[in-house]
Amino acid sequence: MFNYEKYLRMDKLPLIWCAGCGDGIVLKSMLRAIDRTGLSKDEIAMVSGIGCSSRLTGYVDFNTLHTTHGRAIAYATGIKMVKPEMTVIVVTGDGDATAIGGNHYIHAARRNIDLTVILFNNHIYGMTGGQVSPTTPGGFFASTAPYGNQDNAFNISGLAQAAGASFVARGTVYDAVKLDRMIEKAILKKGFSVVEVMTPCPTAFGRRNRLGNGAKMIMDLKKVSVSVEKAAKMEVEELNDKIVTGILMDVDKPEYTERYLKLMEKLQNQSK
Amino acid sequence: MENQKQVRVMTGNEACAEGAIVAGCRFFAGYPITPSSEIAEILSYLLPKVGGKFIQMEDEIASMGAIIGGSLAGAKAMTATSGPGFSLKQENLGYASLAEVPCVVVDVMRGGPSTGLPTLPSQGDIMQTRWGTHGDHPIIVLMPSGVREVFELTVRAFNLAERYRVPVVLLMDEIIAHVSEKVTLPDVSELEIVERTKPTIPPEEFLPYQMTESDIPPFVSFGEGYRYHVTGLVHDETGFPTNNNEEINRFLNRLNRKVIRYKDEIIELENEKDEGARIGIFSFGSTSRSARQAIAMARDKGIKIHSIRTKVIWPFPDEQILEMAENVDYIIVPELNFGQVAHEVEWASRGKCEVIKINRVDGEPINPLQILETIEKLASK
Repeated sequence: MFNYEKYLRMDKLPLIWCAGCGDGIVLKSMLRAIDRTGLSKDEIAMVSGIGCSSRLTGYVDFNTLHTTHGRAIAYATGIKMVKPEMTVIVVTGDGDATAIGGNHYIHAARRNIDLTVILFNNHIYGMTGGQVSPTTPGGFFASTAPYGNQDNAFNISGLAQAAGASFVARGTVYDAVKLDRMIEKAILKKGFSVVEVMTPCPTAFGRRNRLGNGAKMIMDLKKVSVSVEKAAKMEVEELNDKIVTGILMDVDKPEYTERYLKLMEKLQNQSK
Repeated sequence: MENQKQVRVMTGNEACAEGAIVAGCRFFAGYPITPSSEIAEILSYLLPKVGGKFIQMEDEIASMGAIIGGSLAGAKAMTATSGPGFSLKQENLGYASLAEVPCVVVDVMRGGPSTGLPTLPSQGDIMQTRWGTHGDHPIIVLMPSGVREVFELTVRAFNLAERYRVPVVLLMDEIIAHVSEKVTLPDVSELEIVERTKPTIPPEEFLPYQMTESDIPPFVSFGEGYRYHVTGLVHDETGFPTNNNEEINRFLNRLNRKVIRYKDEIIELENEKDEGARIGIFSFGSTSRSARQAIAMARDKGIKIHSIRTKVIWPFPDEQILEMAENVDYIIVPELNFGQVAHEVEWASRGKCEVIKINRVDGEPINPLQILETIEKLASK
């Protein structure tokens, strides 16, 4: 039995998340992954923005920072620049990271700064009551899409890949064991890494779209998930409405703070 | 940096960048904007040489977020901007104020509103520095009037930020930022440099927002064994959010009291009073240069003046103004806006005298003769 209490601020429980929400599964997966890395709690800074998933930082016993809406990656960049020896993990949601914070998301990827972003994708703004998000699929209902969503949805992982990330993976709360491994790899990866986690919001998304309760929504994730290996052998049309899971990108390239430290070293040696 | 007085010719933006290095600034995050960009340019050159870090962020909001993160991670941190960028920073500036994260924000004022007059001076952001972010909050704002003072006040900005755990705005304008002056920089070894108050208690007893006698909680950086939570939500002494009325009151009162109770230590001004003066002048920033010239000319003509020239605009030196108001008939307030500070002077003087505004908003400094003309007119009444 894994000892979650080692990492949780037990006096802050119960969690604010609704019954059937998948965020608790991601939290536990993340703690198991962190445990496997062998990092000490003091070495970890965990930074979040605003929204349901971003409340996670209040429950975990690390150096935790609950910032403003969309800006977690910007704050995390400051921490990583000043203390590159720390492991900096960003916890954020689809609205936080790709709507209001979209600029920081792509630029952190472009820099390839060593942050690990755990991105909870529930297709909706849950905390504010179910407004349409950048990942709400077309036609789905939201409190601000009463006639069905007219917008196109972002491919969050694709965005990070295109913008220059080192490591990008997509998992679901159905397959938490695989998720553990993805998060562990993402944390250990030197460079900008993203794990997009598909997690159900039965309250603000499921109910309005008649998707059933949390358990049903999790089972549905299983049905639509296709591994990246399997997806490679499928036609593009076959992948419509499917979620491709697994490690989508894993490349080695120079990391931002390492490059800066080298520059500093060179300049300081010159002036000696 | 040598440990001796240096005579230099430099601009305000150069003095700001060099002052920051001397103050111990080791992290700068910024975004290009006229007329502040030289500060970022110079620090991108200097910081890595002294073991500091520079990063050009993707926007103004990110720059403000990054310096808060950098400060929490242990570095004295700064960003620099101008009006439009300063507007964008407001939400995170409020975060720094509420979460009590020391940092320095330089705002080089240009004409506004909106894109306004990018290359011309103004003092239109004075009220924004006080009330730009939402909610009641503490903030300290310094206004240098010359290049040497930019250097001194930049150092002081960091000292105040660290001492009171509060964001400090160094409020310059385009004139001060770009004017080249011959300055004698202070002996760096003689400058007071304030470092963070560290907790003396073990981590398990540490309360990040402890109610202390000083109202200023001890500050410890991330990664030093004291794991705690920082949030922009109203929180209790432990740093975690609260909706308890008593806790909310206790926290917000302490937060806002922090700067008010140390007002006398923070406010720095020059108070020069001719015995029997009926005319007062209250000045700050670049307009105090026009005022200084006008006062000299008026004194040559035998007119007595009571002048207060402040280096700190917030907290507002209302007590000194009231004292002046009780002894003069008029207080002249020259400023490069439509009278933002004059209204504060009217409030502070409590009807004891008349407040005379001299305003200019066309991108040019106030001519000393314009002030002299007003002085002479009032003196002949």
